[in-house]
Amino acid sequence: MTAIFKHELRSYFHSLTAYVFGAFLLAFIGIWAMIYNIQASVSNFEYVLSSGSLIFVVIVPILTMRVIAEERKQKTDQLLYALPITTTQVILGKYLALLTVYLIPLAVVCVYPIIFAQFGEVYLLTAYGSILAFFIMGAALLALGMFISSLTENQGFAAGIGIAVILLNYYSVSLSEYVSSTAMGSMIALLVLALLVGVLIRHLTGHENLAYGVCLVLMAAVAVCYLTDSAAFEGLLPKIMSTLSLFERFNAFVNGMFDLTAIVYYGSVIAFFLFLSVQSLEKRRYN
Amino acid sequence: MITVEHLTKRYGDFTAVDDLSFEIQEGHVYGFLGPNGAGKSTTMNIMTGCLSPTEGSVRIYGHDIFQEPNQAKRLMGYLPEQPPLYMNETPEEYLRFVGEAKGLRGGALEEQIRGVVEQTRLQEVYHKPISALSKGYKQRVGIAQALLGDPKVVILDEPTVGLDPLQIIEIRELIHQLGRDRTVILSSHILSEIQTMCDQILIIARGKLVAFDTPEGLERALLAPSQITLTAEAGEDEVREILSQVEHVVQAELTPREDGAVSVRVKTDGDSIYDVSRAIFFAFARRNRALLEISLKKANLEDIFLELTEGAGQPAGPEAPDEMKEVDEA
Repeated sequence: MTAIFKHELRSYFHSLTAYVFGAFLLAFIGIWAMIYNIQASVSNFEYVLSSGSLIFVVIVPILTMRVIAEERKQKTDQLLYALPITTTQVILGKYLALLTVYLIPLAVVCVYPIIFAQFGEVYLLTAYGSILAFFIMGAALLALGMFISSLTENQGFAAGIGIAVILLNYYSVSLSEYVSSTAMGSMIALLVLALLVGVLIRHLTGHENLAYGVCLVLMAAVAVCYLTDSAAFEGLLPKIMSTLSLFERFNAFVNGMFDLTAIVYYGSVIAFFLFLSVQSLEKRRYN
Repeated sequence: MITVEHLTKRYGDFTAVDDLSFEIQEGHVYGFLGPNGAGKSTTMNIMTGCLSPTEGSVRIYGHDIFQEPNQAKRLMGYLPEQPPLYMNETPEEYLRFVGEAKGLRGGALEEQIRGVVEQTRLQEVYHKPISALSKGYKQRVGIAQALLGDPKVVILDEPTVGLDPLQIIEIRELIHQLGRDRTVILSSHILSEIQTMCDQILIIARGKLVAFDTPEGLERALLAPSQITLTAEAGEDEVREILSQVEHVVQAELTPREDGAVSVRVKTDGDSIYDVSRAIFFAFARRNRALLEISLKKANLEDIFLELTEGAGQPAGPEAPDEMKEVDEA
């Protein structure tokens, strides 16, 4: 695992990726810090992070698009399979390297509240709580990005899908106000979701019957629930959309609350996508 | 020692490898020979743990490649068909990474790297980016990578494909050297290559093992039912009659020539081809018929290869894209 970690880290700093990622993150946060903290003289650094989180839409796919897709394209994944290391070690090594690249600009950001504190009263606790949450949220998005990269051998495609998914996630709360909140609409959305789960299973395992089975069971469950208690479906879709939003949970930290459930939620998202990435690598062996 | 038992790999309805079983002993150079799409790469990918079999098992010195992958993989070095190189690195960085991933550290790592660089003669390009190297050098970096960790078995998939003649000679020399103190398994669809480099040949066609022998053994085994070509100054019926009296003549194909003579291709069974030709000669002599020409055709490996893999050419059409697809995905 350390070999993979060192190798990945070296390749990020060999190429421009790590620098572009860091520069974008720092520039974007710097702009918001200038607008809020310097020009508007607001002492809350967490607002900067709240507005700055939009930059993830661009920088996470930049960093993660090549992580596995490129190995496939260059056929270097065969080397990884033939080496005496497990796919879990490969994924963890790669993920830790991603986190390290991400931590470096964040370490610079950590200095900002201290600097601002020299010129007035800054709520350091909320500021650093928010930076921690910002880190974990970014870590969750990196895990998601890595999983998307593991699905294809085309980095451009990985980046495109990554941007779309993260953007959708970013705006899902705003969008949830516009989607249908009727029971019928929610049920249809759930059926579509079940279908997506089926497609994902089929892609990951290559087991058609398993995918159809899971898909049908999920759909049947949705239908049964709908028939027995259609009232429960009222407003379900908007609720799901805002629940799945990674960005929405970050607002609790910005508002000065250290939300442990959010940390647990981010942790589960990380574990879930790392698990899926491992499965995606393993699947290549079992297709 | 490698034991492959009942190896089968299916992609949907297509069977790439079909119930393959063989055993590989220490200290030989083995060659997988077969037309494109025969399942050579698939077999090698399964043997090295890059691909899972649908059925069957592979054991490397008693370690199952899927149950104890780490122990098994430490005993093997693998160079896939396309060398798995990181183009923006130098051989130095690349070999260090592979060495570390194989669990080498500190002094042992340095020593191993120095050893393989010397063996594959990479000193000149050691600090150049891999993307700038010639194909021959890239291949050598790939082989160097496989040699790290001092594996007992080195598996090379089409190691000379796409190289120029000079590079091919260099790689062959290198493989020859490797064969002195390790087991080497390589694949090729070029017969002469396998013939010169290997002392054991496995011919694979349509995913099946059709022959497993030494080059000499293969020739000997298939030399017996060989052909005698002759031209006799006699009528067709007479030739047929004379030949029918000679023992061990299985089949005779007659072609009348314009000058009245008859060309004959005779197939014989079992017995020494020289005895049969001698008997044919005297049979014609007794009847006072002249043999204008007589030649013995020894089977060479080329014929054996074509004969054994015959028919494989036909489904090669639909098979070939499958092989490509499989390489893409593997």
